[in-house]
Amino acid sequence: MRQFLYALATLASHWRRRPGQFAALFVGLAIATALWSGVAALNDQARRSYDHAAGALGLGASPSLVAASGGFFVQDMFIALRRAGWKVSPILEGTIRLGDKSYRLVGVEPLTLPKISSAKMPTGEALNDFLGPPGRALAAPQTLRALGLAMGATPRIGDADRLPPLAIAEDLSPGMIVVDIGVAQRLLHRPARLSRLLIAEEPAPDAPALAAVIGEALRRVEADEAPELAKLTDSFHLNLTAFGLLAYVVGLFIAHASFGLAFEQRLPIIRTLRAIGASLRALTFALIAELTLLALLAGVAGMIGGYLIAAALLPDMAASLEGLYGAELDGALGLAPSWWISGIGMALIGAVIAAASGLVKTLRLPVLAIAQPFAWREAQRHWLYRQAALAALALLGAAAALLLGEGLEAGFVSMAGLLLGAALALPLPLAAMLRLGERRARGPLTKWFFADALQQLPGLSLALMALLLALSTNIGVGSMVEGFRRTFAQWLDQRLVAEIYFEAASETDAHRIETWLARREDVAAILPLCKAKTTRRASAIETAWPVEIVGAPPHETFSAHFPLLETRADAWGSVARGDAALVSEQLARRLRLELGSHLNIPTPTGDWRVEIVGLYPDYGAAKGQLRVDRDALVSRWPDARKLDYMLRAKAESAPDVMLALQSEFGAGVARIIDQAALKQRSMTIFERTFAVTAALDALTLVVSAIALFASLTTLAAARTPQLAPLWAAGVSRRSLSLLEFVRVTLFAAATALVSVPLGLALAYDLVAIVNVRAFGWRLPFHVFPSQWLEVFALALLTAALAALLPIRRLARIAPASLLAVFANER
Amino acid sequence: MSVMSAARDAAVNGALLRVTGLSKSYRGPQGPLPVLRGVDLALAAGTSLALMGESGSGKSTLLHLVAGLDHADSGAIRIDDVEVTKLDDDGRAALRRKTLGVVFQQFNLVPSLTVGDNLALQARLAGRYDCDWRDALADRLGLSALLDRYPEQLSGGQQQRVAVGRALAPRPRLLLADEPTGNLDEATGDAVLDLLLELSATAGAAVLMVTHSALLAAKLDRRATLAGGRLAL
Ligand SMILES: Nc1ncnc2c1ncn2[C@@H]1O[C@H](COP(=O)(O)OP(=O)(O)OP(=O)(O)O)[C@@H](O)[C@H]1O
Ligand SMILES: [Mg+2]
Repeated sequence: MRQFLYALATLASHWRRRPGQFAALFVGLAIATALWSGVAALNDQARRSYDHAAGALGLGASPSLVAASGGFFVQDMFIALRRAGWKVSPILEGTIRLGDKSYRLVGVEPLTLPKISSAKMPTGEALNDFLGPPGRALAAPQTLRALGLAMGATPRIGDADRLPPLAIAEDLSPGMIVVDIGVAQRLLHRPARLSRLLIAEEPAPDAPALAAVIGEALRRVEADEAPELAKLTDSFHLNLTAFGLLAYVVGLFIAHASFGLAFEQRLPIIRTLRAIGASLRALTFALIAELTLLALLAGVAGMIGGYLIAAALLPDMAASLEGLYGAELDGALGLAPSWWISGIGMALIGAVIAAASGLVKTLRLPVLAIAQPFAWREAQRHWLYRQAALAALALLGAAAALLLGEGLEAGFVSMAGLLLGAALALPLPLAAMLRLGERRARGPLTKWFFADALQQLPGLSLALMALLLALSTNIGVGSMVEGFRRTFAQWLDQRLVAEIYFEAASETDAHRIETWLARREDVAAILPLCKAKTTRRASAIETAWPVEIVGAPPHETFSAHFPLLETRADAWGSVARGDAALVSEQLARRLRLELGSHLNIPTPTGDWRVEIVGLYPDYGAAKGQLRVDRDALVSRWPDARKLDYMLRAKAESAPDVMLALQSEFGAGVARIIDQAALKQRSMTIFERTFAVTAALDALTLVVSAIALFASLTTLAAARTPQLAPLWAAGVSRRSLSLLEFVRVTLFAAATALVSVPLGLALAYDLVAIVNVRAFGWRLPFHVFPSQWLEVFALALLTAALAALLPIRRLARIAPASLLAVFANER
Repeated sequence: MSVMSAARDAAVNGALLRVTGLSKSYRGPQGPLPVLRGVDLALAAGTSLALMGESGSGKSTLLHLVAGLDHADSGAIRIDDVEVTKLDDDGRAALRRKTLGVVFQQFNLVPSLTVGDNLALQARLAGRYDCDWRDALADRLGLSALLDRYPEQLSGGQQQRVAVGRALAPRPRLLLADEPTGNLDEATGDAVLDLLLELSATAGAAVLMVTHSALLAAKLDRRATLAGGRLAL
């Protein structure tokens, strides 16, 4: 124990003398942990929020009855069904605005709710309060917080109405407010109307059939399968996790570099300790204890950093997930114990991986060999070969994952293999370049410059690898995002040609609105759409996939603007004839459809065989989609939903038309969207989605700068003996530091050059493999040379910043320190 | 006096160190390179021996073997009735810590510890730290004013004095020194060696010292020369 403590103190004394090195090591490990745990916290939070949302009230967990033609239906149907012995529970849903945010108002009838939902409702006294009067408005704690209201508050809705007193219900999802059905009917201005009947228990076999009680007015909707949301959000999280892992690996490279150098620098200490009789066991324990302590400290610091990162990114992520998938996220970050354990665990594992080789070497070498540089660091050529072999192995793994693997995971594995392989291979071209330079060099100083750089390569290579990873990630993700942004913007422009989109509340409303619109001069065209739903499975084993079928009338709006990926000649003509369809990219991939294939669509009136005459991109959509002629659709689906409209009007008259529509029909217009606002909103969602990625991207670059700085600082101490002879031979400290600077810049520039093809390969992997596997659609692959220049400049800047301090120190090094080198020479 | 009789002599007098038939060869590019070919040596407690020989004759190798820093091919090394060659790594470390003091030509000090801490390091490891004795050593070695400095802030002679102090602080029975004054000028080397011998005598430690200088060797009780892998007294 005594030996262990003194050994530990002696080893640790190194850090006191070289706090910069310690800081580099600490920061490297902490940042690695921070990135990892930040992403993990985000993912955790999002997952919990979905579970929460999915579990909230469980309204989707029961089958239900809805109006066959969409919209609302009269309450009498509920009473008729209850009388006939159907165990149904009434629901009225709608949207209310509180302040500047919309909330989903759900009216329920607690006594008839299905078990799964009623379990989440208040009981006893609280139930009486809920039933009122005045009733209660149940909301999640976050919702109250977001509203800035306390329990019991009665916020105003619109001009006249107020919510009943607010009460907290832990299990509700954020953004949802639950009231008694009567209250909801009053607040939503839908007296005696319902939007849904939950089937609490399947009707008894002898109960009268649905049609016998209420005719064709209601139709049955099965319980949500809801795998769609889970699947999409899973992809999003996989994406994030992969990014976190990548950042962690970059961090590990730093920690590895710093640990390696720290070991190397302390070899003389270890040798001295061994020589004066410190036992191997005591030293081993001391080294391990030091490592553990460091990992724990850096781990905790990293976790705090990770928390801050997650907290900073959460709003963006919440917004993008909500926009993309309709999943609402808790605004506040919760920390699970498992998160702490996994974060600290990763820090420990990282420290062990980073230190293992140094530790093993130190402990295995005979005492006398410990401080001999040659025994410690194998011949450089040997080292290069080993690097090359490892690189080849990683690249082979990448290729194997790409060729043999199927899912998204395989795509990520191939990406990781590619990055790792390329990083490991980096020293090869660098060494080749330096050898060439050495051979070509004329002057003695230039020759020394290259030879010396070659010798420095092993010490700097890990940091350069980290830089390579960061730069290529920047290029890869950068070109993906930029490519997507352009495609997406263009696609939105083409796709959203109509000036106004609206949805009528019912078919009766739809007819009235249509007639009214036809009389208006400022409306150039009324394009009624109709929609039907079906499911398709790609093969017998797969779960059925929801497919939406959209019927549109033949019109220039579509044939001249609608963006298509591939198309037959006269595709729109064929569609108008009724026996052809356009298919979304996702669905085409899913069902392996191509131009000219035929598809049998199950319809209420029998199978409908259509030819595929075009493929169109449908970015971000979760469902598969088919577009057919409207009349053809209506003839096959008599009860298809006929509520959606596109209106063509002059851009300047669009706002007037919208206002007029709303004031004329009020609740008859369920939803109205103006195209400009929709584009704006879509782009915002998109930008937010990638804000998270961009932030992580930038952090990775910062991490690599720190890696380079750490390595340079650590190496600087060991450089003095090598520079002293040159200084003594008449090379000024100024020229020496200039040479050092050129060397670092050269390394960074070469690394940036390698990072361009690697980044492009990464981008290709992302858009053509990972994205297709995750979302079912492929992004066009663009290259942006201006981005490369940017990355190049970034690399140089990173190197310059990292080199500044060590080189400044060299330029100002006291001649005495250089002389000390000779004082110890024989 | 033959080597064998010297060894016997020392054995009779209760030798502290007894080396018999020690052989060691290194692996060279063209097969094994024999350096020691049956070295016999004995050293009585409290006495000193200068080990001389040409460069490359194996002096450092012998010293390293005695210190248990390397493994011999054959032969025996006994220190105080402990068979060094039979000890495992832990045993050797304990031997170095408690019984030996080592001073090399360089790399003797821990650069990140102060002079004071360096002086005390081995004694602390051995659990024999004696504050008064350390202060006496520091005083005698002229280091009292330098205790808070770091090694890099000392001259070569001062650094070697610290190394000597560190080796003697745990009161070892045997001090092993490999050209401790090799890096120093003659006058400084002389002074350091005088101190080394004087303090060893005070501490009751035997001294086995490698040196190139006949002048320095003359200060020790006996001299032996390594040549052709054997020791001649
Ligand atoms: N680790 C080693 N591997 C191979 N050969 C070695 C090793 N160490 C020493 N030698 C060789 O063993 C021989 C003896 O070396 P040693 O260091 O013991 O000599 P020395 O007498 O101390 O010389 P010097 O007076 O120059 O210090 C030399 O020829 C040397 O080249
Ligand atoms: Mg020697």
